[in-house]
Amino acid sequence: MKLDVNKPEQSVKDSDDAFTLGPLQVGPACCNPQPIIQVKDLSLHYGNKTALNKVTLDIYRGCITALIGPSGCGKTSFLSTLNRLTDLISNCRIEGSIHVEDSDIYAPTYNLQMLRRRIGMVFQKPVPFPFSIRRNIEMPLREHGINQRNEIDSIIEQVLRDVGLWEEVHDCLDTAALNLSGGQQQRLCIARALALNPQILLMDEPCSALDPIASGVVEDLITRLRGRYTIVIVTHNLAQARRIANYAAFFWVKERAGHLVEFGHCRDIFETPTHQLTAAYVSGARG
Amino acid sequence: MTDRLLRWVLRIGAITSALIMLLILFFLLLESWPALQQITLTRFFTDPSWHPLEAAYNLLPMLSGTLYASIGALLLAIPLGIASALFIVYYAPPHLALLYQRLIELLAGIPSVVFGFWGLITLVPLINQLHPPGASLLAGILILTLMILPTITLTAHAALLAVPDEFQRGAVALGLSRWGVIRGVMLPAARTGIVAGIILAAGRAIGETMAVLMVTGNVVQHATSLYDPIRTLAANIALEMAYAMGDHRGVLFVSGLLLMLLVMLLSGMAATLSNKHHA
Repeated sequence: MKLDVNKPEQSVKDSDDAFTLGPLQVGPACCNPQPIIQVKDLSLHYGNKTALNKVTLDIYRGCITALIGPSGCGKTSFLSTLNRLTDLISNCRIEGSIHVEDSDIYAPTYNLQMLRRRIGMVFQKPVPFPFSIRRNIEMPLREHGINQRNEIDSIIEQVLRDVGLWEEVHDCLDTAALNLSGGQQQRLCIARALALNPQILLMDEPCSALDPIASGVVEDLITRLRGRYTIVIVTHNLAQARRIANYAAFFWVKERAGHLVEFGHCRDIFETPTHQLTAAYVSGARG
Repeated sequence: MTDRLLRWVLRIGAITSALIMLLILFFLLLESWPALQQITLTRFFTDPSWHPLEAAYNLLPMLSGTLYASIGALLLAIPLGIASALFIVYYAPPHLALLYQRLIELLAGIPSVVFGFWGLITLVPLINQLHPPGASLLAGILILTLMILPTITLTAHAALLAVPDEFQRGAVALGLSRWGVIRGVMLPAARTGIVAGIILAAGRAIGETMAVLMVTGNVVQHATSLYDPIRTLAANIALEMAYAMGDHRGVLFVSGLLLMLLVMLLSGMAATLSNKHHA
């Protein structure tokens, strides 16, 4: 069965309070920054090529941190080091350390599956798996040992409501996820990540493959997730970064390697940047 | 201009292949028609035995032989083939994977008569030591397994490689184990291709003649154990074509038609399966 793609995604935007998000699960608000991820002197090499050079950065709990900068400055690479997705790339080498809640995720004994369960990831291109909407969410749950039928069903409903997709798909959960529109697919992918109850969400340009309306829906969704999840988002859309982020990290390419130029409150980065490059980039003069 | 030329060349090519296929079907029907008219259809299943010279045309024992041998070979080759493909794609170190793949490709290139010869010289005596007479259903199953293993492995390998990388990244990012990624995402995503390979292999197993003929003993009977000799439909055609005349000859064409129907049934199944998958 074909989904009703004509149903405007806008309707979700209008009915923001049609569903409620769960209570805040993690501590203090952003005015009291408390690091959940601590990155120290992180360098990343692909073979002989250095993609990131000595990045030191704290990601604060419950906040949205935007990674901005021109293409090829290592933002996506940086994001992938946080859940060790870089392990998939054979010639990739990491130096420095990353601590998530005080444990070193590059320690040899670190439980990768638990790490990736705690740190969800959403990609630029939506990647629903080629089976039904229900199974897209159910399969990872079962792989993580959640087998009770009614527990799974309630999680599915909960996360689909969280991303505002429930009203649109609740009567066609068993149809192929690939029949959804791009924006719906991306929200399904976010729901799938949320189903594992992560603390941190990594988002790699989650809106850039979507049309403006779908992009707006996803952006609103991300804003609503603030506080409940720690979010690190890569975006090329400076206006978007400015709208949604609490903190911003500005990356730039120096000597063919990505560097972190400036990190701070989003407002400071955009209004009173301390570094010349940042000022030039956020004003649109460079990059 | 060249576009139009190319279109016609392709069109003619396609029509020719389709015509040849239809001609073969027509020829089979034409040749088996007299037998089908002379002998009522039920007799192929109710005659006391296969003694074509005495006008007894029971095809069932050979049909069961064909099915036992093919199903047995599939039962062995499907898990082995898929496991080999998974090994090449996800587990083996690159140089070993390449070597292994070359070996499987080599296996695919061995002519069936060589398989039969090896089976006759090596496999049959071995089975004979285990349980006489040696030439048996088991020998047929083992030889067929070797012959269809490369088909299943190589198609599954290609199907797995065709799964987009994003699926793997997405699954790994959800914290799935290596096996979880394979079972949860890669195998379902590659399912259509894998099933297509299995159907192809099944078609080959059903139709395989020479190697099977050399190792199964060719006794027309319902096998009651793996060590019993059997005769397959395809082997029967090859064995009796030379001297068959009249109705006997017609019945051989009927069995050819039956083989073709079996393969068509399989393709039909494959098509419905993949349609269901895409729905």
